[in-house]
Amino acid sequence: MQLTNRKIVVSNKEQSFAERIYLPAIFKGMMITASHLFKKSPTINYPEQKRPIANVYRGQHVLKRDENGAERCTSCGMCAVACPAEAITMTSGERKKGEEHLYREEKYAATYEIDMLRCIFCGLCEEACPKEAIFLTDRIVDAGFERKEFVFGKDKLVEKIDQRIDVTKRQTPEVLAFKKIPGLKHNELYDAKKLNKGHKH
Amino acid sequence: MCAAVFLLSLGVAAYATLWERKFAAFLQDRKGPSRAGPAGLLQPIADGVKMFMKEEIIPNVSNRSLFILGPCLFMVTAVMTSVVIPWAKPMMIGGHMYDLQITDINIGTIYLLGVVSIGVYGIMIGGWASNNKFALLGAVRASSQMISYEIAMGIALIALIISSGGSLSLKDIIEGQDKGFANIVWQPLGFLIFFICALAETNRAPFDLPECETELVGGYHTEYSSMKLGLFLFAEYINMFISSAIMAGFYFGGYNFPFASELYASLGLHEGDWLISLIGFGAYFTKIVLFICLFMWVRWTLPRFRYDQLMNLGWKTLLPLSLLNLALTVVVEYFRGNIHF
Repeated sequence: MQLTNRKIVVSNKEQSFAERIYLPAIFKGMMITASHLFKKSPTINYPEQKRPIANVYRGQHVLKRDENGAERCTSCGMCAVACPAEAITMTSGERKKGEEHLYREEKYAATYEIDMLRCIFCGLCEEACPKEAIFLTDRIVDAGFERKEFVFGKDKLVEKIDQRIDVTKRQTPEVLAFKKIPGLKHNELYDAKKLNKGHKH
Repeated sequence: MCAAVFLLSLGVAAYATLWERKFAAFLQDRKGPSRAGPAGLLQPIADGVKMFMKEEIIPNVSNRSLFILGPCLFMVTAVMTSVVIPWAKPMMIGGHMYDLQITDINIGTIYLLGVVSIGVYGIMIGGWASNNKFALLGAVRASSQMISYEIAMGIALIALIISSGGSLSLKDIIEGQDKGFANIVWQPLGFLIFFICALAETNRAPFDLPECETELVGGYHTEYSSMKLGLFLFAEYINMFISSAIMAGFYFGGYNFPFASELYASLGLHEGDWLISLIGFGAYFTKIVLFICLFMWVRWTLPRFRYDQLMNLGWKTLLPLSLLNLALTVVVEYFRGNIHF
């Protein structure tokens, strides 16, 4: 009785003379390798050449400053809550008098760390941020030798005041309009009743 | 001359290691080493420095003196084979003709076979002295393989010598191809046998069972590290260079090429002119490089033979074939009038 048609007949027939002396098969094989000799290699010499990337490429994060150079992040923790990989941790600080040029609002992130080994570069932190403070950029996270090198603190994440990082490719007018839609999770922040939810830091 | 040939062998072997990697990369649609120097040209130096800087480990259970002797012997025999190879036509320097060959001994061919056979002692001693079962297995394989294939190789060479006029000197064999055809025309089967045996003698794929990584870790050099390992690996490339030179000389005319004398005459060159030597050496070297490429092409195409297949091929195919070739050669040469009974 035949149940399936996956039956294979195994043949153990004697090798023919041509097979026994291997030469025809060897010649065939060598022609195959020779044909690869003139094929173009798909290799990209990475640091010198870069693979073209999409406009909305999600690479290393940046913490933006506003037009006056003050940090936008208010340490609300929305990004940490949104993060599916739990890569983001932060502690809050209170702005003192005379620090208005450093921090935009009364509360700011005293420390802000992203573990780049945990991060999956999904961009949910950016989506969750109500202050337009965190963005993913087209920069690629540098290689490192030790795990602790991949925990990026504010020194690496906050953009330098004289080297602003352009995020207009990701922050298009459409994105801005989208983020204003009521009912989106990050807009809940404005809802005072729900403020304490997911705000444990 | 001695130093020049020595340096030539080392230089070619060094760059053969780079070219091997490059060639493998090209065959596999990759780019190969490109970081050390322009197009990776300093890679052999980087590799050499790396080998020297590595930690040297000699196992406590090994036989120390033999352990050190192994790679030395392998290297020395690899370099020694280059002694009898004539690299170009004689050159006139200060009214005196100089052979571009270290020494022209009249038993050059036998010398070659002899030195190549000593080479297996390097592997055997190295593998035995390591006191490691993988190394020993690799060494046993190497010696049985070399012994098996040397027979077919020797018989192929006898046929070659019969058809090329009966001299055992490499110089005579190469000079004999100056007028008329290269020996490959009369010895196609002999060349095929010799080439296959040369692959086996140099432990190159598909005959690289002695250092078969998949089963034997590293084969005979499992326990070796640092420059001793380097010597083993490097000697393989020297062997490859020398066997390419031998094949190019024996079967493809060495420094001769078609219409060479017409070319020299049209350039107005006389015997002993340095330009003749240079062009001849260029031709020889081109053939050698092509052969090295062929070695690599074979290596990056074929998988390794199984051990029983290797022995079957050696004893049941190549040995009868070489005997047949010898018989055919004798018949053909009798009718060509080169041998008389």
